[in-house]
Amino acid sequence: MDSLRELWIALPVVLQIILKIVAIVVPIMLSVAYLTLAERKVIGYMQVRIGPNRVGPRGLLQPIADGLKLLMKEIIIPTNSNRFLFMLGPLLALAPALAAWAVVPFGEGMVVSDIDAGLLYILALTSMGIYGVIIAGWASNSKYAFLGALRSAAQMVSYEIAMGFALVGVLIAGGSLNLQQIVLAQDGNMIHWFVLPLLPLFLVYFIAGIAETNRAPFDVAEGESEIVAGFHVEYSGMSFALFFLAEYANMILIAALTSIFFLGGWLSPFEGIPVLDGLFSWVPGIGWLIFKTAALLFLFLWFRATFPRYRYDQIMRLGWKVFIPITIVWLLVVGAMVLGRMGPWFS
Amino acid sequence: MKAIQRYVKSLLLWELVRGLMLTGRYFFAKKITVQYPEEKTPQSPRFRGLHALRRYANGEERCIACKLCEAVCPALAITIESEERDDGTRRTTRYDIDLFKCIYCGFCEESCPVDSIVETRIFEYHFEQRGENIMTKDRLLEIGDKYEKEIAADRLQDAPYR
Repeated sequence: MDSLRELWIALPVVLQIILKIVAIVVPIMLSVAYLTLAERKVIGYMQVRIGPNRVGPRGLLQPIADGLKLLMKEIIIPTNSNRFLFMLGPLLALAPALAAWAVVPFGEGMVVSDIDAGLLYILALTSMGIYGVIIAGWASNSKYAFLGALRSAAQMVSYEIAMGFALVGVLIAGGSLNLQQIVLAQDGNMIHWFVLPLLPLFLVYFIAGIAETNRAPFDVAEGESEIVAGFHVEYSGMSFALFFLAEYANMILIAALTSIFFLGGWLSPFEGIPVLDGLFSWVPGIGWLIFKTAALLFLFLWFRATFPRYRYDQIMRLGWKVFIPITIVWLLVVGAMVLGRMGPWFS
Repeated sequence: MKAIQRYVKSLLLWELVRGLMLTGRYFFAKKITVQYPEEKTPQSPRFRGLHALRRYANGEERCIACKLCEAVCPALAITIESEERDDGTRRTTRYDIDLFKCIYCGFCEESCPVDSIVETRIFEYHFEQRGENIMTKDRLLEIGDKYEKEIAADRLQDAPYR
């Protein structure tokens, strides 16, 4: 162990950084690939089908086949599009979704960069993803892509506010912008997590997160039935795959963040409970985080299988006239709870 | 009161939870997918698939070139040419069905006075070259010979209703 540590320190800094990036990006890309399979399977099961089962045992190689197919396909650049922006769009969509993982703590001390403004960094980066969509929609020089881009711009801007307010609640409750500190503030068993005192904010954050990632039922930016595929109609091959990766990477990110902000991150739900604590002591912290993230991701898929797409004006109404008032009211409540040192969370 | 009730319900996402419960139940329901190449759905004896021309038991072809099928065909998929044979009977020299035009309506089979043209249960076939979509008389007779047993059994089963 010591020799390994010495070896690590002896490495050039650039190489250390690259290794850290690889250690995060590779598992994320793998989870993205298998999230697509899980989505097809789950939605299939809910529609009384069995989903893909031909490629490999039980369809387990399906994502690899899909990826290979997209790699082989030609990237078509429309004649009157803006070439530079057209290729920049998918990159801008994917990069923030991956970069945000830099501050996500996977366990105590298991974080790439332990910065104090982590929450702000997350807010900034999750907003960046919109530019990829807008630029892609504009650069395509296609009316459907343009309409999709406009819709997603309006939608993301309005949900950003509710999301930000929900995070302000977390900030008040956790007393820190550092993601590790926020998790540690939820120390204790399930009761101590922020879901309970911040329940409305949790719901608002998660629903806004679904809207932010352009998932059903908020996928008007794609809107297959009316504007074909929205902002990515003109994309093919790998450039389309990047949008696909970005969407799923964003889903995983939102699910991980929700579990960190509200569900105690890597903390065990049974901490301090006599028997159960001992029973589950073998589960490492990262295991709990993965489990919570996976459960939330299942919700994403479940929602997609259940709800029809919101109408555009309903989305706007929900964002501005329901979520923002709820969050503002609950911010006051949280403030009062913190001031009153209401136990077991804020004592 | 009603309005308040509705307001509270919508705030608690009641209807959304109901919907989720429904799909949640179906998640565990028995799956009804038919895994096609291994499993197949049952077929009716009246199934209308690929065509065939039948023969009598003595080997004589049934078709008498009355051209009723050609006349009734709504897609104009059948082309027949005929001549008088040495024994004085009228027979076809050409009996083509264009499978690209055919809509598998079964009218030809219904119109046939001698049960010559029939539609079989075969539905898994393909064409590899241009022109293969035209079923000639020889190919139709060949299919008829090959599947005569099945065809006869199906006709027999359907006979009381015709």
